[in-house]
Amino acid sequence: MEEINRHAKADGRVKMDSDLSPQDKKDLDKFIKFFALKTVQVIVQARLGEKICTRSSSSPTGSDWFNLAIKDIPEVTLEAKKALGGQLPGIGRSMCVEISLKTSEGDSMELETWCLEMNEKCDKDIKVSYTVYNRLSVLLKSLLAITRVTPAYKLSRKQGHNYVILYRIYFGEVQLSGLGEGFQTVRVGVVSTPVGTLTLSCAYRTNLAFMSNRQFDRSAPIMGIIVDHFVDPPCSNQRPANMGHPCNYRAPDEEDGSPFAGVQDSQEVCTTSFSTSPPSQLYSSRLYYQPSAELCHPAANPNQALHAGKEGGVALAPVQPHGVDAHLTVEHTPNTPGSSGDDVGLSQSGEGKRDGGRRSDSPSDPVESLNEFTRKVGAFVNKPSSEITAASLDLPFAAFAPRGLESEEDDLMVQPPASPPCPSPLQASLHSQGSEGSGQQDDFVMVDFKPAFSKDDLLPMDLGTFYREFQNPPQLASLSLHISSQSMADDLDSLPEKLALYEKNIDEFDAFVDMLH
Amino acid sequence: MNCRSVVLEVTVEARQVEEAMLSLLHTILLHRSSGKFHYKKEGTYSIGTVGTVDIDCDFIDFTFVRISSEELDRVIRKAVSEFKDALSNSGSDGVGQISLEFYQKKKSRWPFSDECIPWEVWSIKVNVVNLANEQERQICREKVGEKLGDKVINIVEVINRHEYLPKMPTQSEVDNVFDTSLKDVQPYLHKITYQITDSLGTSVSTTMRRLLKDTLAL
Repeated sequence: MEEINRHAKADGRVKMDSDLSPQDKKDLDKFIKFFALKTVQVIVQARLGEKICTRSSSSPTGSDWFNLAIKDIPEVTLEAKKALGGQLPGIGRSMCVEISLKTSEGDSMELETWCLEMNEKCDKDIKVSYTVYNRLSVLLKSLLAITRVTPAYKLSRKQGHNYVILYRIYFGEVQLSGLGEGFQTVRVGVVSTPVGTLTLSCAYRTNLAFMSNRQFDRSAPIMGIIVDHFVDPPCSNQRPANMGHPCNYRAPDEEDGSPFAGVQDSQEVCTTSFSTSPPSQLYSSRLYYQPSAELCHPAANPNQALHAGKEGGVALAPVQPHGVDAHLTVEHTPNTPGSSGDDVGLSQSGEGKRDGGRRSDSPSDPVESLNEFTRKVGAFVNKPSSEITAASLDLPFAAFAPRGLESEEDDLMVQPPASPPCPSPLQASLHSQGSEGSGQQDDFVMVDFKPAFSKDDLLPMDLGTFYREFQNPPQLASLSLHISSQSMADDLDSLPEKLALYEKNIDEFDAFVDMLH
Repeated sequence: MNCRSVVLEVTVEARQVEEAMLSLLHTILLHRSSGKFHYKKEGTYSIGTVGTVDIDCDFIDFTFVRISSEELDRVIRKAVSEFKDALSNSGSDGVGQISLEFYQKKKSRWPFSDECIPWEVWSIKVNVVNLANEQERQICREKVGEKLGDKVINIVEVINRHEYLPKMPTQSEVDNVFDTSLKDVQPYLHKITYQITDSLGTSVSTTMRRLLKDTLAL
């Protein structure tokens, strides 16, 4: 007698699995479940920023699903199971792993979405325990290969100092809108089963210009989070598991110790190591501009894209933004094509660009921003320096935060102003406002100061901060108003005595005056 | 039986030849290798576990995944190294092709030797270019990395069509389908050959055989 399994589908139709034995059905469900879990492991591990190495074993251990040595990071499995909620990927119920990037300032961008979907096309004749299982194994191998090929892989290998890579698992409808325009899709593979065809694919962003629809919530920067996902690998040539370098950037007002501060519940950090390699030039520049020309691939020359719309004369966007004080020697940015020494130094005056946009990696900038305001009197002042209080210095670039929150329309990160044509650098420095386009008179360009030969070690008192603070020494006490007023009071007090003395000697004075005639 | 044939073409600098070939050959072998079979009684068998290793290329902005087997890696490296040497000795305009052929053995009766019937051949055509300066080389690093990524996607696409694969053999037949000489993994029987066309257009054909059991069988 044929056993008939009925499944009620979401739309009310009934599907007959008349050819699938209960054992096969049970096996198939198990295969799909563990395939989904292993898929998540492979994707997340490929975005941890480290090379993966596992050992082959000729003796089957019985615990390696699909005959592949794929470790299980417990937290990842937990997240995956939570997202699945006891269900399996099925028709209309896709399992998605979203990989995104989050900068140290809290801005984030979706990079790719991996989808495990099932459609209705069934292959009733296929053998579950053999063919389906082996094909799922091949599909996992393909996933291993493809995860190293999409653009997010290179980004994840460079994560640490400026940004981290996050993952989010969700179940249900695939959401691709966060990937920006022109995203590409790569299909990893398909496996037919008696209940449907499983498809594994990846949609990845190609436009890596910084999108900031939701980036302006001022949540605490992500960099305070360290989650150590690694377990000890069997391979002897792999570096030890606890190699995560401690995060060396924390927002001053962030509490220590809480590992998940600032992360939404549904997201988890996918990395442990924070490398000390130089910050990614790609991202330090992309944070500041939303260029009209699109960056289609990180390998494309970011400098050229960022300079779209601007004249080449003033290299406003050095890839490593080196703020230069007008009084100081100009710094060269060798990575910026076409930049000259003069250009960099005077860029702060000329363009009136996004003042918030020059945020660099250094958190020592609050003091520097204060000094910027106090020093540039006459040419650049648009806010009295009293607005900048000591309290606001606790947050980096806090001087800009209130303004940014108040009027997003004016915020230059969201609404980039049109790039004005750049005058000659010299003219730009002397006529800072005249050379700007209209409507930008109020903008003050905050340029980070990075002194030459100084390491960006983010200590509370680094060379830049030291320099800024001691550039404006306090006035001499003897010149202060208080002292001078006191001496005048003394003079006034002593006046009657002096007058009395002079009256006593009036004859002498008269004789002297007669002598002069 | 028709043999499936796939041709991939890459243009690389001379110093990138080795890594480019390794990345593609290893990607193919990753998919065409299994864990070691352990046959039990009653015709059942269990399969060993296959590990993987990420390999960063030095001359290309690319990372590929290979099977975790030093033995297999040594054999592939040896073949690629010979190909690279042959290519460089052929002259600066050399074009070459390296082929990875998967085959099955069909036992014939004495006095005829066993037949090797290919079921899948991957051919990688290589064009070697010379670059003038460091900036071009840097661009080439990235571009070749992207191209290899595209090739990996092509390879995965072909493999996931799930077209013909040899049937899983019984214990007595396993050596006709798989290479059981390695101790940790079990790739399908395969051989690597290459051809070099030098700048004069004459074809210098060299065949290199992997050390297989069948060469010793007779």
